[in-house]
Amino acid sequence: MIKLTVNGKSYELDLPSDMPVLWVIRDRLGLTGTKYGCGVAQCGACTVHMDGEAIRSCVTPVSRAAGKSIVTIEGLEPSLSKPLQEAWTEIDVPQCGYCQSGQIMAAAILIRDQPQPTDNDIDNAMAGNICRCCTYLRIRQAIHLASRLKSSNAMLSAI
Amino acid sequence: MKKIRYAPASRVWITGTIVAAGIVFSPFAFPENAVQEPVNLAFTLADTIDRTKAQNSNEEKKRAAESKAAFADAYKVFMHPRCMNCHPSGDAPLQGDKSTIHTMNVQRGPDGKGLFAMKCKNCHQDANLEGEHLPPGIETWHLPTAQRPMVFQGKTPRQLAMGFKDSAFTGFKDIHRLVEHVETDHLVLHSFTYGTRPPLSHKDFVARVKEWIDKGAELPDK
Repeated sequence: MIKLTVNGKSYELDLPSDMPVLWVIRDRLGLTGTKYGCGVAQCGACTVHMDGEAIRSCVTPVSRAAGKSIVTIEGLEPSLSKPLQEAWTEIDVPQCGYCQSGQIMAAAILIRDQPQPTDNDIDNAMAGNICRCCTYLRIRQAIHLASRLKSSNAMLSAI
Repeated sequence: MKKIRYAPASRVWITGTIVAAGIVFSPFAFPENAVQEPVNLAFTLADTIDRTKAQNSNEEKKRAAESKAAFADAYKVFMHPRCMNCHPSGDAPLQGDKSTIHTMNVQRGPDGKGLFAMKCKNCHQDANLEGEHLPPGIETWHLPTAQRPMVFQGKTPRQLAMGFKDSAFTGFKDIHRLVEHVETDHLVLHSFTYGTRPPLSHKDFVARVKEWIDKGAELPDK
């Protein structure tokens, strides 16, 4: 039995220890917002957070997640998900949308750690997330907008 | 003008007497053998010292040559992709047997563990993953820090050896910590477990590093 927390909810699951986290969250828990892309940690579509860091869930064995906290796109905290969602909608980022869950999870780490990212920060942070529709420039714009929205949301909530 | 001082007549007389007495009585005071033997002994001793010096010099030269040869072997391991890929000259790790810059624009980051959503452990697991094109892994996967990048790439044997003797380069208090590092560090050990292996076994590699240091940590000529 493996104990882990996903989006704040605790689970105790009977799983093979080498099962990838992606299989657990999609097939066992029904959280299908996270996508399977390449299966070899190359594309970033499966990005989720584990104890506050981005991981490629397609290659992370569930044994590594035991006792840890996983956050998927469905459970991203509002202070990050709200500005990102608004910015993504405003800029109309997705085309086919398949990679966008992973893109947003990676962008969430960036704007959390670097509230006002430069283009270079964005390139460094997002280069591991591949988009076959080449929405990269819109992703960059949206991250700038999301960081501004996040700052203003934080100022509003402080008043 | 400087005055010339002449010796008084009495002083000349006394000195002359003492010298004459020395000449007359010397055979009684210093028999021939008693003089010759210490002289021979002195020559023998000097000869021995010279030969020992020459021997020591030859031994030192041999020892220095062996130290350099040991480093030359160890250098092949240091510069092998399994080691050098994480000691790049830039701020991006290298990958593969051709030591190409890591895909995905991965950056060192201040602590050597990557940046933002591109940290080493995002993909590199606690153990190697089975299958082609999957990232190798260990719990402590990382590069040297930005403050002390410990660059191997592009260094000649002499430059690298100089680096290892410099605590500012290694961060070690003394050079013997280098042996401890190559012998026990998990990342170093791990480099011998996957992909194209370095040209020496880990055991031989450690032995060559030890030999280099034990025999004087000599700097290679180039």
